Amino acid sequence: MSDFPETRAAEPEEAGTGSSSRRRFLATAGVAAVAAALAGCKNLSLEEFVQRNFREVSKDELKTIIARLEKEYAAKFGKKVTVGLEPPLPGVLFGYALDLSRCIGCRRCVYGCVKENNQSRDPQIQWIRVLQMDKEAGVDIQHADPYYNPELVPQEGHFYMPVQCHQCKNPPCVKVCPVGATWQEPDGITVVDYNWCIGCRYCMAACPYGARHFNWGAPHLPPEEINPATHYLGNRPRSKGVVEKCTFCIQRVRNGRYPACVEVCPTGTRKFGNLLDPQSEIRYILENKRVFLFKEDLNTQPKFFYFYGV
Amino acid sequence: MADRKRTAASAAGGFAVLGAACLLATGLAFGPSGAQEPPKAPAPQDEGAPQDIQVPAPPFTEGIFPCTQCHDGKTVKLNTTRRKLVDMHDDIVLQHGPASRWCLDCHDPQDRDKLRLASGERIEFSRSYLLCGQCHGDKFRDWRVGVHGKRTGEWNGKKQYLLCVHCHYPHAPHFKPIKPLPPPVRPETLRGEKGAQP
Repeated sequence: MSDFPETRAAEPEEAGTGSSSRRRFLATAGVAAVAAALAGCKNLSLEEFVQRNFREVSKDELKTIIARLEKEYAAKFGKKVTVGLEPPLPGVLFGYALDLSRCIGCRRCVYGCVKENNQSRDPQIQWIRVLQMDKEAGVDIQHADPYYNPELVPQEGHFYMPVQCHQCKNPPCVKVCPVGATWQEPDGITVVDYNWCIGCRYCMAACPYGARHFNWGAPHLPPEEINPATHYLGNRPRSKGVVEKCTFCIQRVRNGRYPACVEVCPTGTRKFGNLLDPQSEIRYILENKRVFLFKEDLNTQPKFFYFYGV
Repeated sequence: MADRKRTAASAAGGFAVLGAACLLATGLAFGPSGAQEPPKAPAPQDEGAPQDIQVPAPPFTEGIFPCTQCHDGKTVKLNTTRRKLVDMHDDIVLQHGPASRWCLDCHDPQDRDKLRLASGERIEFSRSYLLCGQCHGDKFRDWRVGVHGKRTGEWNGKKQYLLCVHCHYPHAPHFKPIKPLPPPVRPETLRGEKGAQP
């Protein structure tokens, strides 16, 4: 108790000298850090480096961002690439249904998706994974095989279950993002701001469907294969170190069109529509078919439904 | 096709029939003859048709339609005996329903350019879903609301439907197995600039 005031009295002096040297140190270190960050991102323009989260930028800022992106993409791919900003449609909540009794496992959807959404061809990124399962065992992901490669499909005794982003109403991936780079839009689509993502991959760990994919390497997308009709929150070209995912083809569905996987499926397995429209195909399925949710017990509340059409 | 027309013409002979053949040839040139033609059948607004929907033309084998170019009641006489076809259409092996089923259960014997419902009603090929729906009522119901079968276009607007027969060959409707596209690359063999190798 007696030496306590002494200690207290001694503090300010020490702190005084300490703080001035700390301040100097911090100033030097700060400048060095910014310089290092900018030098480390030599492909990053200053505008890109200081760009804010998509949900915080003003309309004017967005215009300059879009112009910058379009210029970058044009230089990189040698053709005009448009970056859209179509907002969510009022009164629309997107839902998806997949008929397990019809899927034949041909993987047309997988490659249709890659073509539409400008995924990296090498290293390979695919947003849809088709699981082959035993009819006897039922839906058993422990023993599902995504690497099946027979001469012809469907194979006797097997059924096929494509898995992609379930656009959860209660998305665990959004909850864990430490920087708010991913969020759910009012029309139910969970999107990623690729310019805000820091690549920590927490969302990938949180997603129970394996629906998120990381650009481990610089994505390679041949200029002749690029789909030039893109959306800022969807299929615009990505860079190394960011996470990407299915957006129900946001660039298509916000313009009224079906997602690419729906249109490419040769068996009519895939169904898509507005959950809020009682006349939609998707509502008919929910009301009249046997529907199940994948990993329902996790309470992710997917807007992606599996059903049996027969 | 050319062979068949030549046979038909030589068998009949005479100017009148030749004239008829010319007319038929004209009809053939402009008639629906292939699946690649743009949808031209007007939206059938009858009780079975989905509302405001354009269904593309039926997928006829090249040059086969109209059937009356041969089945006009003169060139080829009507024969209602159940038999194995040998001269023509011998490529068709019927694998659809019970073994007793045969051509004239669905094709109208009097007017070969039409199909025939169980009720005896004649319908155009462009409305063949009515015929299919006689037995496959559950599928027909789902198809009408857009749940069975492939749909393209707009989720909240114009859609393109397909007829049953665009996907299911009516004489052997079961889907043929197809070759799957390549499986994904295994993560351990993923190549990248950095990081993928363990």
